[in-house]
Amino acid sequence: MYNPTVARLTYRALLGRRRALILCGLPVLLIVLSVAVRAFTGLDDKVAADLLGGFALATMVPLIGVIAGTGAIGPEIDDGSIVYLLSKPVKRPTIIMTKLIVAIGVTMAFSAIPTLIAGFILNGNGQQIAVAYTVAALVASIAYSALFLLLGTVSRHAVVFGLVYALIWESLFGSLVSGAKTLSVQQWALSIAEKIAGEGYVDATVALPTAVVLLSVVTVGATVYAGQKLRRLTLAGEE
Amino acid sequence: MTTIDIDHTSRWFGNVVAVNDVTMHIGPGVTGLLGPNGAGKSTLINMMGGFLAPSTGTVTLDGAPIWQNEQVYKQIGVVPEREAMYDFLTGREFVVANAELHGLDDAAAQRALATVEMEYAQDRKISTYSKGMRQRVKMASALVHDPSVLLLDEPFNGMDPRQRMQLMDLLRRMGDDGRTVLFSSHILEEVEQLASHIEVVVAGRHAASGDFRKIRRLMTDRPHRYVVRSSDDRALAAALIADPSTAGIEVDLKEGVLRIQAVDFGRFTELLPQVARENGIRLLTVSPSDESLESVFSYLVAA
Repeated sequence: MYNPTVARLTYRALLGRRRALILCGLPVLLIVLSVAVRAFTGLDDKVAADLLGGFALATMVPLIGVIAGTGAIGPEIDDGSIVYLLSKPVKRPTIIMTKLIVAIGVTMAFSAIPTLIAGFILNGNGQQIAVAYTVAALVASIAYSALFLLLGTVSRHAVVFGLVYALIWESLFGSLVSGAKTLSVQQWALSIAEKIAGEGYVDATVALPTAVVLLSVVTVGATVYAGQKLRRLTLAGEE
Repeated sequence: MTTIDIDHTSRWFGNVVAVNDVTMHIGPGVTGLLGPNGAGKSTLINMMGGFLAPSTGTVTLDGAPIWQNEQVYKQIGVVPEREAMYDFLTGREFVVANAELHGLDDAAAQRALATVEMEYAQDRKISTYSKGMRQRVKMASALVHDPSVLLLDEPFNGMDPRQRMQLMDLLRRMGDDGRTVLFSSHILEEVEQLASHIEVVVAGRHAASGDFRKIRRLMTDRPHRYVVRSSDDRALAAALIADPSTAGIEVDLKEGVLRIQAVDFGRFTELLPQVARENGIRLLTVSPSDESLESVFSYLVAA
């Protein structure tokens, strides 16, 4: 279910030029913010939790997920170069699985690691807040990658839809409307962070068992469906 | 020996019928798929390459369906028309990746690069390649696993004459080896130079099939239209219509020309100057009015 050649091509496409710059932008911003906050307000567990929850997990992780998830396959489908992968005796679900693993790796690297660093800068992992949000970022990376990889497979406007989901649904509705919270990757990840961090610092609205089930269903479902979609992908040519 | 069979296949996109009930059999040797732009050539090649499902009918490789069957790519090599490749790789990296995806090693990639004579530029990024160089690297990526079937969509587009000759030689050799080579083109001369067998598609329909001499003859024997200006149009018209090589003549008074429809091309071209001389008429202009490829093709559909 993993093809090293497909992985290599995907990594190089994802980490090439412009996209790598965008991927670096948000983590750098997070760390700069953390340094500034620590310098101005000093050590404060509540502030640390708010910054990691409000910016790192609510905004940075989904955005990196959009870039890595859709970027792992969308551009190849758009410009037609996917034909070189499809015209090989390689199972299409293997192509999807490989791209998913790469997308997860990239999302984790560019979101979880900066979250951990930021957490240590903010309050030195007091109340386990840095670790809690890092685990949440790792878990969310998996679900976002699967979701946005599927989006990249089915839509030419994957980035736009991804941004709408990440910014409007997750950040806005997810924080305002309680019903939307049940169907939010961010909330599922938070329910795991809640168990790790000290009492009262992380507030999740979804119970852990529900979160685990929903995370698994979304990740597996999106991946299987993307594999099916790629099997039926048609290249209509330029006529 | 590997063959592709298209059996009563149609493909439509929404309300548009791109391929309409086509049946053809592509066997070993070089076959040219000829037709004007938009005739459905790419749609046919995409179905043969497994990138498009037929709406009805079947497309098979030695009896096995091609759609949703990755195993066919052990035998099929595809050279797509689109330019997009992995531009951030060098030519060599790209061909090596294609070899690996077939489970082959670097040696296979190196052989393919040598076949298309791209070794000299193999370590340059693909983004720096000219159109002809890209075409050759695409070709190498399709040849890497020594396929018995090669599908090429408009392979000569954008190539200079020397590159065109090189590619033609290569394809000819592959055809002589007993491989099934199919390429599409909208240029008659290209197809005529290379293909031993021609399939013509026009407006989604299979218009003609056979060797190029037969197709040429069909094209030559079609009714030809001429616009003629002379010193005495009516006398010329009267003399010409007496001969069976002419089917109809219109005396266009407004333009001051004759519009002639000839049914026997060879005989008419001999007759016209002869009749003019015998009747003391001077021919001022003789010009064919429908030599466009589209009109030639549309005649073939009707035939």
